[in-house]
Formats: sequence, C-alpha cells, structure tokens
Amino acid sequence: MSIWFHNARLIDPETGTDSIGTLLVQGGQITERDGPCPDGAEAVDCGGKCLAPGIVDLGVQVGEPGAQHKESLRTAGLAAARGGVTTIIMRPDTDPAIDTPEVLEYVTRRATARTPVNIRAMAALTRGRAGREMSEIGLLLDAGAVAFTDGDRVVGNTRLLARCMAYAKGLGALIIGHPQDPGLSAGACATSGKFASLRGLPAVSPMAERMGFDRDMGLVEMTGARYHADQITCARSLPALERAKANGLDVTAGISIHHLTLNDLDLGDYRTFFKFTPPLRSEDDRRAMVQAVGDGLIDVICSMHTPQDEESKRLPFEEAAAGAVGLQTLLPAAMRLYHSEGLALPAIWRALSLNPAQRLGLDCGRLASGAPADLVLFDPDAPFVLDRFALQSKSRNTPFDGARMEGRVLASWVGGARIYHHEGQG
Amino acid sequence: MTFTQNHLLGIEPLHPTEITTILDLADDYVALNRSVEKHGLALDGMTQINMFFENSTRTQASFELAGKRLGADVMNMAMAHSSLKKGETLIDTALTLNAMHPDLLVVRHGSSGAVNLLAEKVNAAVLNAGDGKHEHPTQALLDALTIRRKRGRLHRLTIAICGDIAHSRVARSNLILLGKMENRIRLVGPPTLMPAQVGEFGVEVHDDMRAGLEDADVVMMLRLQRERMDGGFVPSEREYFQRYGLDAEKLAYAKEDAIVMHPGPMNRGVEIDGAIADDINRSVIQEQVEMGVAVRMACMDLLARNLRKSRERARLRGAANG
Repeated sequence: MSIWFHNARLIDPETGTDSIGTLLVQGGQITERDGPCPDGAEAVDCGGKCLAPGIVDLGVQVGEPGAQHKESLRTAGLAAARGGVTTIIMRPDTDPAIDTPEVLEYVTRRATARTPVNIRAMAALTRGRAGREMSEIGLLLDAGAVAFTDGDRVVGNTRLLARCMAYAKGLGALIIGHPQDPGLSAGACATSGKFASLRGLPAVSPMAERMGFDRDMGLVEMTGARYHADQITCARSLPALERAKANGLDVTAGISIHHLTLNDLDLGDYRTFFKFTPPLRSEDDRRAMVQAVGDGLIDVICSMHTPQDEESKRLPFEEAAAGAVGLQTLLPAAMRLYHSEGLALPAIWRALSLNPAQRLGLDCGRLASGAPADLVLFDPDAPFVLDRFALQSKSRNTPFDGARMEGRVLASWVGGARIYHHEGQG
Repeated sequence: MTFTQNHLLGIEPLHPTEITTILDLADDYVALNRSVEKHGLALDGMTQINMFFENSTRTQASFELAGKRLGADVMNMAMAHSSLKKGETLIDTALTLNAMHPDLLVVRHGSSGAVNLLAEKVNAAVLNAGDGKHEHPTQALLDALTIRRKRGRLHRLTIAICGDIAHSRVARSNLILLGKMENRIRLVGPPTLMPAQVGEFGVEVHDDMRAGLEDADVVMMLRLQRERMDGGFVPSEREYFQRYGLDAEKLAYAKEDAIVMHPGPMNRGVEIDGAIADDINRSVIQEQVEMGVAVRMACMDLLARNLRKSRERARLRGAANG
C-alpha cells in the first residue's frame, strides 16, 4: 500500500523548511521526498495545503482508568485524530495512578484496541504519586513507560527526588518535573499581580516557578539525570533554563499552548475555564514565552489536555477544578503563533512534534525517510468560530469557546492509514 | 437620578453618578429611619432572601431590617449549616431558591466571585453582601455616606485605609469607590498584609502609620482576623498594636478634625485603642451602623425599581407577541 502526496506544502521541522513538494509513503513509512508517483500508488492531491508530521502531545490526561465520565481512551483518540495529534503521551495522573507495570499494561492494551492514534504512557515517579516511595522505575521502563512524572504534584521531599533521579539516571530514564515551590504556591489559583489583587484571588508569585526549577536543576547537576520541565511559563525562569542548558545539563522544557496564547486578564469575571495549573501569567510573561519557543529555548509545546466535567467547573473560581481540554484545539491555537506572533511553521512543528518525539526516544515527528507515516494535513488559514459542544472530547472545558480561530485539520494519518478526514475534502 | 444596574455585585461596575444616586436616596432613608413611623412601601409584596454562606450577625441584621422597613417579606437562610454541607453545589442551591421566586437575593459567600456566579443563574436581583476577598459593596457605600455627611463632601479628601488590606473585601470596595469619587487614598499596613502590585491602583502605599496618617481627613481601620496574628502574617498581637494599632499618638498625625471609622466588629487593643473607638468627637463607628441600614434600603429600592421595569417590559413584549 503506497500513498503519494503531491502539491503539498511540506513542513519539515528537522530541516526547518517549508516548501511545496511530494511525499511518498510505503508500508506505513515515509520513503521518499519530492520523487515521482510510482505505479499503483494512491495519489493524494494536497491542494497546496500544509503537510506536517503528526503532533506528539506530551502530557495528556485521559480519564481511564478512574474518570471515564470525563474522558475515555476512545474519545481522547477521536479528539486527537481531529486535532492532528498522532501520538498521545498519557500522563499517569489516573486513578489508580500508572505506577505499576500491571496498570501500565492495562492502559496500553485498552488504548491499542480503542484508539486510532498512538498512545504511549508515562509512569508515576513515586507510588500513587504520593511523593513517599519510588515507583518500580526499571520494571515500568521495560513495560514501555516513556518517562516518569508525578504530574502537577511536586515531590516535596528533596532527598527522595534526589534518589529517584540518581536511580533513573542509571537506567537512562527521563524524569519530568513540575517546577513549582510547593510552599509558595499552596492554595493559589492565580498569578499575583494587579488583576488577582483586584479580584481577591489567592495568588502565587512567578518566582515560585523559578525556585522550583532551581531546586530541580541543583539535583540534576548533582545526579546527572535526564530532566524535562513540564511547563516553564514565566520570564523569570528563562535565565535559569538557559544557564542549565549552557552548563551542559540534560534538560529540556515545555509549555502548554494556553500559556502561549492567553494571559491572566482572560480570567475576566471569574471564568473557570481559564483556571490552569500553573495559573495564566501576565502578558509580558506570555510574550517572553513565545519568544523563547521561537528561539528554541523552550523545546516543547503541548496541550496539557485536562478534561473536567461541567460540575467540576461550575463552582466558585477558587473551588473549581483546573485545566482545559486541548487535543483538538492545540493545532488551531498554535496557528495564532504563526499568524499573530510571527513564528514560522517549521519552528512551531519543531516544538509540536520533533522535539517531544526525540526527547522520549520515539522515531516519529519527522518527515525524513524511514520515519513512520504519522502525518497531518491542515489549512493554516481556514477560519472558524469554535463551538465547544462540537468537540469530540467527553468534557468540553475549553477556554477557546466562541473564539475566532484559524487553522483546520483536513486529514490525519497514523502509520500510513488515514484516521480522519474533514468533510468536503478528497 | 440614574441607576441602570440589575444586580449589585460590586462597586467596580458602578458609575460615579450611580453612586451619588444611591447616596442621595439613602439620605432620605436616614430621615425615615429617624422618624417614629419607619415604614416605606418600595419593596411591598416582594420577597427577599438572605443567603449567608458565612456567618454574619451585623450585616445580616442590617439587610433584614432594611428589607422589612420597605415592606418586603424577608427570609433568612443560614447556609453555613445547610445543604452545602450535604454536597449540594452552589448552583443547585441557587436554582432551588430561584424556583421559590424571590425578588431580591442577598448573598455572602467565602469565595471570591461566588456571588457573580450565582447572579448568572437566578432571576432575582442579587446583592453582594461580601464574597471572599473580592468586594463588599454596601459596606463601601455606607462608609461613603458616613464620610459625605460628616465631612460635607466625598471628593478631594485624603483617606487612609489601615490594616489587613490583603484579606479585606471592605478595603477593595472602598478603594474602588473612593478612587472613582476622586479622593487621595493611602493604604497603610505591614507588607505581609498588602496585596501584590496594589500601587498600580493609583493609591499611595505606606508601611509606617505616622507617614500614612499625616494630614488625613478620614482614618479607616480594618479588622485583623485573630488567626492572622499568631506569627503567620504578623509576629504577635502586641507588636501589631504597637506598630499599626490606632491610638491617640498616631491619630495626632491626622488632621485635627479627622474622623475614625471601622467596619466592625472591632478588636479593641489590636487594631484600635478602645478610647479612640469610644471618642464621640472622632469615632463615627455607630453612625456607620446607622448608615448601613439606610444605604441597604436605598440599594434594594433602586434594584427593585429596575426589576419592576424589566418585568413590565417583558410582560408588554409577551402581550405584543401573543
């Protein structure tokens, strides 16, 4: 089975190019760039639209097991296919947490049966994500865990975290941290500043993020562990990240698309769909982060997909659950960086697909021959108004409800098989 | 006479002329309250429900009396002990009450923004009686009325708000209102009790009482919650009183005829010296309580007028369509 994509605007994050060309897919792999159509191959006319590696979304919460009413593997897969996400990297903050090989195997087995996209899982760094004992890092690694994290729970016990890092270093496992000083950020649901003061919300200084990051960097320097910060969202953290990289530490950092496209003023009159962990930052911070993504200092953009049902959100702001769904809105929201912030598509895709795949040791996220044919075809300019009830996720908690967006996924492929195509497209 | 609001959720949405409208009407109600026959008919036939998710004696009594004097049927619900403890959500409680067709809902809640959320879900006019650390609009209005009556005006005054600004909804509403009326506002308190970037609100921030009170026309003291005195925010009660408690020595820095205010309940010997609180030449704390009833009558009267108007419009629209 061969597919020959032609008249495609190829977005290649590896070479940093954005050019019209053709792409040949054979046996589920990309085999040739800019060659002729071989006999018997299915020709797909891309109509001059963008063809890019499918998104590798690092840090997706799926409600399975434990909260299937918020999101199941099936609905997450549907949302991902429509959003151009071809690989979901699941967070272990399920119930029970993914902290044993058995749970990991259960999730992997169900995921394969129910979803058209690739699903890989991260495992909890400590048992039950409770921050008390190390989880079975070696066995989980053998069972297929791609990284180890306690999600948005900070391991407060520095000595334990040091041991986890030292142990993980021996196995070459990647640790994903949530940089945040737990004492300073306790109870906070907004970023301290004029707006939070006016609204009377408990707030945390952006300094808490840098302090958390500095601590983790100390431990990384001490143990030599491989480390990825799940979200760096404040300008004040950037010099520390730059220094760590310059010093040769094996460190990368990510950010959610929400922190790149929204700021704390969006909270407005206590809109709980804009409540995130960490909270939305000031406009100055947001712009510094966009710049850092463009410069490559921040490596990964993710959706931090966090489904919450209406009941969890229809509460006073302080009591409401944090997080937003993002699998389906990640690509159109990222197009705001292209249209409004002047970032080039290959640079955006470096953070959406290439970097997360490489960091996790996956072969995808590229357009080079030999890479799996995980692809997304999209029109970066197609405008639409987002209706949250049209989303595929079981939960519809998106901050982009009613927002004018540009960028529509026309089709996506996983391993050369088409898993979604937009109505009206050939 | 201008008042276009359907709810009173905070001072922030109010236009200065609306504030003046409320205060002018409240002046009339002060006169009514001082007469023997205290009954008005502004809320005749209406139902007022006081929902207090946080315990309150004074504010609830003030709202209850205001409603009764204007002829409303008033019901008090002490929500602190009720179905929310059984797991019912705020929205469900609101919808349940809404089905009983109240006209005025007076709400106090411990979370900032909770009253805004509730107002979206009910048909009644909602009055915020304090939400978390956000706003307490009727307190700011009664303070404004007290100042206007005592000082003869409500603009170009130097007003020092002292104490626990960070946790105070009274302070927020007051600094918004007094700012809208073009006064010079000083916030005085220890840095641990000052909200972040509060200087950007167009106020002066002081951590020294003497500098903060210098030539002030009005000194407004705030209550310091007991649980914040034991080393978490300030080292101790006595250190706080020594540095930030209002006594004769510190008050001497203010203008000679400066008035002293406190939203109550007071901690004598913590934020205010008992002798100052009782000094009838300086302290207007009892007047504040009196103004509270009148201001709440005025707010409910104005909201009821708008409620009647909008219902009448809806009825006419229905008749035209039918």
